[in-house]
Amino acid sequence: MPRGRAGARAPRSRLGLSRCRSSEIVLSPAILLSALLNGLLTGAVYALIALGLTLIYGVLHIINFAHGALLTAAMFAAYFAFKTFHLDPYVAVFLLTPAFFVLGYALQRFVIGPASHGDDRNMLLVTLGLAVIIENALLFEFRADTRTIELPYAFATINLGFTFLAVPRILGLVAAFVVAAVLWLMINLSDIGRAIRAVAKEKLGAQLVGVDVAHVYAVTFGLGTACIAVAACLLVPTYYVNPTAGNAFVLVAFTIVVLGGMGSIPGALIGGFVTGVVESLSGLFLGESLGQIGIFLTFIFVLLVRPRGLFGAGA
Amino acid sequence: MRDDVLLSICGLHAGYGETEVLRGIDLVIHEGEIVAVLGSNGVGKSTLNRTISGIVRASAGTIRFAGIAIERERPRDIVALGLIHVPEGRRIFPNLTVLENLDLGSYRRASSRRALNRERVFSIFPRLYERRSQLAGTLSGGEQQMLAIGRGLMAEPRLIILDEPSLGLSPLLVEELFALIRRLNAGGVSIMLVEQNVVQSLEVAHRAYILAEGRFLMSGTAGDIASDPELKRTYLGL
Repeated sequence: MPRGRAGARAPRSRLGLSRCRSSEIVLSPAILLSALLNGLLTGAVYALIALGLTLIYGVLHIINFAHGALLTAAMFAAYFAFKTFHLDPYVAVFLLTPAFFVLGYALQRFVIGPASHGDDRNMLLVTLGLAVIIENALLFEFRADTRTIELPYAFATINLGFTFLAVPRILGLVAAFVVAAVLWLMINLSDIGRAIRAVAKEKLGAQLVGVDVAHVYAVTFGLGTACIAVAACLLVPTYYVNPTAGNAFVLVAFTIVVLGGMGSIPGALIGGFVTGVVESLSGLFLGESLGQIGIFLTFIFVLLVRPRGLFGAGA
Repeated sequence: MRDDVLLSICGLHAGYGETEVLRGIDLVIHEGEIVAVLGSNGVGKSTLNRTISGIVRASAGTIRFAGIAIERERPRDIVALGLIHVPEGRRIFPNLTVLENLDLGSYRRASSRRALNRERVFSIFPRLYERRSQLAGTLSGGEQQMLAIGRGLMAEPRLIILDEPSLGLSPLLVEELFALIRRLNAGGVSIMLVEQNVVQSLEVAHRAYILAEGRFLMSGTAGDIASDPELKRTYLGL
């Protein structure tokens, strides 16, 4: 995870202490295991963000450059839901997820789609423009200030005996699996899900059975945006919010999408977990601030060995 | 003038950007007919189909289906009326199973009778039943053509446009295909058969149009066209 505020790492700072005391403890199985678990928990949030990105890529065949800005917007929404309406982020998630689905649907249907004038490649540029607009609107309205919210349980941990697991991250893991399961069921068992998969591979054929491609594109974009609303609500309790807060996550999510295979849902999930673990372990061995180096080394390695990604279909 | 006109096209012009492909098409299909539209490559057959089904916008002219003007309608609304286009190259969904492909055939129309229509399609194509859980992309060319037609039938078409259905099939399968077209028609489906395969198309069709360079060169009963010596020599290369 990009470096959060200092206190956000309660369980890890305990490990940090023991690491300072004696170097051989670093390699003890308990510490490795706890780094592994923490990596999995961080990876869950990565996976959620990557899930939205890969879904949009798989169907619309564009990289959604507005993903980071929309994540930031969702984090602001969760922040103000708490500050203004005293809504706990874990409650707000049930309102923000459908709200961001509608927002994503409307953006694609009424802004990105029409602005691309029938050429799908133009959508990429429109999302880029949208990102600039959203980011600067947030900057204009809220300035570059970094904001945080205080929740009593934000630093609560569960003691597993050999390690402590942060409660917000465990919730993140649960949420990632719930979202992935709901998406999977929807995509595989509903008519709109079948239409989404059909449009992804055979647009003309889909039009000729009466599928409204603009609607399917918008639903897909809405689902991708809903995924980041869930991620935002999971991040806000332990992470700061400012007008560029989402970008660091989406940069990692881009590498996950490529790592897992562009457009692959299991790829995004597993890629997310792998990336979380790699970051956590390289943080353990190289030092906290160098954790992300591991991600990009893994990324380059996977691209060298398997250019289509872990679960990517052939060209 | 017969009063059972299902599809009527008047003065249709269409194309892509600056290029005009269709230059004044007039065509009528009556309820229960098999009408062949014949012509060699690049004369505008696929553009005609795509314009009828709303994928390509008409620049001029009218298209009426079952009494409703459809030249400004979207593809989804044209499908909803029961005008189903089985495109050239099959355009099945390779990443979906055979069963899912069929189910999507009833995405916009006849979805309440999906199970019933599935049974009907499987009775016409027992092969598709054997392959129902397989990904459509793994089917052979002939099976994919069956699936494309089966997917079209799932929507209970009033008129089905078959674009080059015999393309790429073995002679034996082509024989079977034309027998199937007769059977479907006997079952009450009107058919617009767009083909390069002139001889066999004229055998099953009631009437035929010959398309050349964006216009109909001639039209008439299949028998008359088959026996026109001039046509045989110059346009059909027989």
